Amino acid sequence: MSAILQGAGAGAAAALSPFNSIDSNKLVAHSRSSLSVRSKRYIVAGSDEGTNKSFGSSSLIARRSQPLMIPNAVAATKADTASSSTPSKSGHELLLFEALQEGLEEEMDRDPHVCVMGEDVGHYGGSYKVTKGLADKFGDLRVLDTPICENAFTGMGIGAAMTGLRPVIEGMNMGFLLLAFNQISNNCGMLHYTSGGQFTIPVVIRGPGGVGRQLGAEHSQRLESYFQSIPGIQMVACSTPYNAKGLMKAAIRSENPVILFEHVLLYNLKESIPDEEYICNLEEAEMVRPGEHITILTYSRMRYHAMQAAKTLVNKGYDPEVIDIRSLKPFDLHTIGNSVKKTHRVLIVEECMRTGGIGASLTAAINENFHDYLDAPVMCLSSQDVPTPYAGTLEEWTVVQPAQIVTAVEQLCQ
Amino acid sequence: MAISRLSSRSNTFLKPAITALHSPIRRHVSTDTSPITIETAVPFTSHLCESPSRSVETSSEEILAFFRDMARMRRMEIAADSLYKAKLIRGFCHLYDGQEALAVGMEAAITKKDAIITSYRDHCTFIGRGGKLVDAFSELMGRKTGCSHGKGGSMHFYKKDASFYGGHGIVGAQIPLGCGLAFAQKYKKDEAVTFVLYGDGAANQGQLFEALNIAALWDLPAILVCENNHYGMGTATWRSAKSPAYFKRGDYVPGLKVDGMDALAVKQACKFAKEHALKNGPIILEMDTYRYHGHSMSDPGSTYRTRDEISGVRQVRDPIERVRKLLLSHDIATEKELKDMEKEIRKEVDDAVAQAKESPVPDSSELFTNMYVKDCGVESFGADRKDLKVTLP
Repeated sequence: MSAILQGAGAGAAAALSPFNSIDSNKLVAHSRSSLSVRSKRYIVAGSDEGTNKSFGSSSLIARRSQPLMIPNAVAATKADTASSSTPSKSGHELLLFEALQEGLEEEMDRDPHVCVMGEDVGHYGGSYKVTKGLADKFGDLRVLDTPICENAFTGMGIGAAMTGLRPVIEGMNMGFLLLAFNQISNNCGMLHYTSGGQFTIPVVIRGPGGVGRQLGAEHSQRLESYFQSIPGIQMVACSTPYNAKGLMKAAIRSENPVILFEHVLLYNLKESIPDEEYICNLEEAEMVRPGEHITILTYSRMRYHAMQAAKTLVNKGYDPEVIDIRSLKPFDLHTIGNSVKKTHRVLIVEECMRTGGIGASLTAAINENFHDYLDAPVMCLSSQDVPTPYAGTLEEWTVVQPAQIVTAVEQLCQ
Repeated sequence: MAISRLSSRSNTFLKPAITALHSPIRRHVSTDTSPITIETAVPFTSHLCESPSRSVETSSEEILAFFRDMARMRRMEIAADSLYKAKLIRGFCHLYDGQEALAVGMEAAITKKDAIITSYRDHCTFIGRGGKLVDAFSELMGRKTGCSHGKGGSMHFYKKDASFYGGHGIVGAQIPLGCGLAFAQKYKKDEAVTFVLYGDGAANQGQLFEALNIAALWDLPAILVCENNHYGMGTATWRSAKSPAYFKRGDYVPGLKVDGMDALAVKQACKFAKEHALKNGPIILEMDTYRYHGHSMSDPGSTYRTRDEISGVRQVRDPIERVRKLLLSHDIATEKELKDMEKEIRKEVDDAVAQAKESPVPDSSELFTNMYVKDCGVESFGADRKDLKVTLP
């Protein structure tokens, strides 16, 4: 059951413990007694059955009592730290895949409806160790090792979600999910609509994608460009341990199907994340480095290339604003728009291919909506329209490198 | 058909009193629930399991209900045919007439907690699960009052409260979904089963075998029902399947071949399958059935089969006629009573069509509803977040 509490602002209540140990009755009594004025703010306190409301509209689920946890879209103060969007007094350091695992474990503890299915997620611990230890803790029925049949197990996850379970479906590599495209497009994305709202599909489909280190063409695919047209799904891409954990938790709690794109090369990023519970907004972009001269929009691994280029640019006297768009569908045009209105120049740096990628859609969206604010055409740096070659040098030329970003900025800012 | 009349004593006893009544439908014996045992005409063929007995336990009430439900379904499909030709139903319309015995026989063996999922030939399954005629017709005509609010159409009927999960357009895609439903039932310890219906055409889909493997591996309570109407659109089974013994295709999964035009045989098989699935995991049921219409309304249905074949099946194997003969020979109802019942049903269907025709079409704001689940009074914007499209409830 979920209890909804009303309360005034910071004046209320003592420090609250993590969600799953809240005694909601106790809380209700406490906050009511300290109320003088009824305000309209609500929080949802601890729910056992996964019947949470969607968190899409609020920026952070937090206990009001703590003067808070920085909403995720705040700028980091340092230009060259590509991480840590939240100062926390105590935190713990971990790698990105551990952050994902922590998020997943916390959600599985919190809600018995959450289960994981995928290839080698159970006994093997996950091919990228994201689900390590979960099978021992939760058992074989909640952490399911599936046979190699993406179409079937993705469909199974969606069918289970129709009845109220919340499966987290892992594609060992996002490219393998092409075999499940029908299930993802027709059943996952569209069932809520075609059933007139009768069924919700609260699945999370996640997995690593992107260009790795010489993995070959078929294992270096960027599925976000193929999935972006599917109506009814949300797509997010994580890039730091902080937002990886936050987005994982938000995706699991969301009533909508969410595709969480991880990147093969980012799993070993280290960062210090807060001990307290937090989630990230699924639809919000993250301001990595505020600036004045140009807006650089990026996501996933290209964020780091952009930040590296930013270092060089700063030395050359430019002041780039770097935004990690994070939400690939829908775009956070609010944050992006504000930035465009400030800088009047946009450079999109992405890993998708030139044709039909996220960058292509974003370029169209910005041109359509913010045309009057642009002093120069939107420039989009994407990967080449080729299958990713094996040879290291060729692979390097396929994706956008920091030097190209620097050149592009110089060109735009002339 | 072999007949055993275990309740003949009560029949003859009550007969004199009954003829005195004038109201034909409400004769005592028509709603008699005392058990009758009837033997199925065709034996079951099994693979890796024992066949259920050919003697089916039923009752007058049940057989009469079969007749009534099947007649209603048949009338509904015929009405849909006319509506399609009148261009009130557009797009695809796949009719189920000829296969009604499957829908009613299955319902008789299960509860509303058991789940059913099927393909696009879903109108009668929806009615069998308790769907209303007017909801079906409204959805077919794209009205707001349809079961999916006009947004799904013929291929997307759903009824969540009756555990009817649709209604799927892509051939075979419902099979993994169905195994997912069975998985959820096992996960939540529901003690219920899922019937996953697919056709002889879908039986060649890879995802069927993928899902079957998982279901057998994890002992899921899934019952895969192949509605073998012998034609995958225009391709006969002998032209599309190397092994047309669909009940054996599960290999390590037991299977049963059933006469799908006999509602009682279907009921027996489903009852058997449910017991099996709850104890031993998946089982395949192959229902030998036939559709009178073409694959859909745009298929005349006679280019790949002869009209003689269609009328031959109608004469010999029609499910409604079979049940009618049963009712007459067991004296459960007279010919006139059945004709009156059919007239009543025809009127019921016509009324539902008329009511559906009057229903409004969805407003334009409905275009954006049910895309995402959002609440707390959130507004839904277009891509640019500036232009307010609609406020979601």
